[in-house]
Amino acid sequence: MIQDMKPEDIVGEYKETLLDLYGSICRVVLYTEIETPYPDGKLIVSTTDKNGVITHVNKSFIEMSGYTEEELINAPHSILRHPDMPPAAFKDLWDTVNKGEKWQGIVKNLRKDGGYYWVKATVIPNIRNGEVVSYTSVRRKPSRTRVEECIKLYPTLF
Amino acid sequence: MSYLFTVSPDFTPDHLSGWYIFNTWLQRQSESAIHLEMYNDFPSQRKAIKGDEVDLIYANPFDAAMLVREKGFLPLVKAMGVSDEAIIAVNAENPVADVAHLSPGINVAVTEDPDVTMMGMIMLEAGDLHAGNIQTNVYDTYVLVAKHLLKGDADVGIFLAEAYDDLSNMIKKQLRILVRSQISVIHHSLMIGPKLIDRRDEIQALLVAMNEDDKGKDILNSLGFKAWVKVEDEEMEFMIDLMEALAT
Ligand SMILES: Cc1cc2nc3c(=O)[nH]c(=O)nc-3n(C[C@H](O)[C@H](O)[C@H](O)COP(=O)(O)O)c2cc1C
Repeated sequence: MIQDMKPEDIVGEYKETLLDLYGSICRVVLYTEIETPYPDGKLIVSTTDKNGVITHVNKSFIEMSGYTEEELINAPHSILRHPDMPPAAFKDLWDTVNKGEKWQGIVKNLRKDGGYYWVKATVIPNIRNGEVVSYTSVRRKPSRTRVEECIKLYPTLF
Repeated sequence: MSYLFTVSPDFTPDHLSGWYIFNTWLQRQSESAIHLEMYNDFPSQRKAIKGDEVDLIYANPFDAAMLVREKGFLPLVKAMGVSDEAIIAVNAENPVADVAHLSPGINVAVTEDPDVTMMGMIMLEAGDLHAGNIQTNVYDTYVLVAKHLLKGDADVGIFLAEAYDDLSNMIKKQLRILVRSQISVIHHSLMIGPKLIDRRDEIQALLVAMNEDDKGKDILNSLGFKAWVKVEDEEMEFMIDLMEALAT
């Protein structure tokens, strides 16, 4: 399950905030201004069950998030939720995939060490025998222009 | 009754005879008449697939969705340790050090390989480049892509990583890699169609055991492979989902 972030895991000076996740759980989130650049040529991939609980992650996901595979599997995907991301973005994500459609967006993700990384995410429903059985997100390196746009836009969406 | 086997037109010319030898081996082992048809390009191969002429195919990942979801194909095997990766390269004298520094309007040299071009375009996207603001020129081979980079009429080349690595040292010395993909889950697969699907387990078992004797090993070598490994249905479904996620 999802736990509060611990000061001993954080690298650098940090701020503290509370995030409402899943509409019910409250998580203490510690975050810094340290950006980890997206690794060139790689894709960050994860799969969740229909409730957004992580069931599979690839190696790049583990490396970028800073968590171990054991910490990630069975955790809600909001373990990466960054306080700068407007809730409207994730509402749009869920509304879109619940219709069986593909969602794309630029996302700022929170690392275990309090730092962050920007991705361009594509979330698709995995359809087997005509039914949605899970969701997969494939992330690629976003262009700096798209990231700069979101840095301006996201604070206006709260 | 004779079955039709075909190979993704992006096969390396060096391996052409290997595929004919492989087909002969497959006919003997499966005791079936199988005709190998090598199409010159992707459109003519896709036309044959759409017309239900194909029964076995060594397929490009880009065509896997259509084969599985529209044509009832299922995966058999993939080559052990082989995945499709792309490279973005420039002329060694080009001062650009990062995809982010490339400018709209550049000339990009590509081949017809649909999966490689797609992976290459994803890497260019990080530099705000897309089909709408670059000029793409399609060449028959990766050697030609390299030559146009050397001549200077192409600014960027998109290569299959394996083809880039196989270029002569003399050519490689005059080129520079900007990005090499490390995706590792996109691969060609040998797939079986509806007319042969009843024999899937039997043919899969023959292929998986192919590297166990010297004759089989030699034929695999002539294709540039070490062994075939089984591809599970879910692995194929996952690759198709991934390709779909990457398609836009
Ligand atoms: C396949 C998939 C991948 C997701 N990836 C992320 C992610 O990388 N970062 C993130 O903050 N939320 C991601 N989400 C959305 C989370 O499930 C969650 O909605 C979000 O973090 C907001 O938290 P909340 O819904 O609990 O408010 C993903 C959802 C799905 C279905």
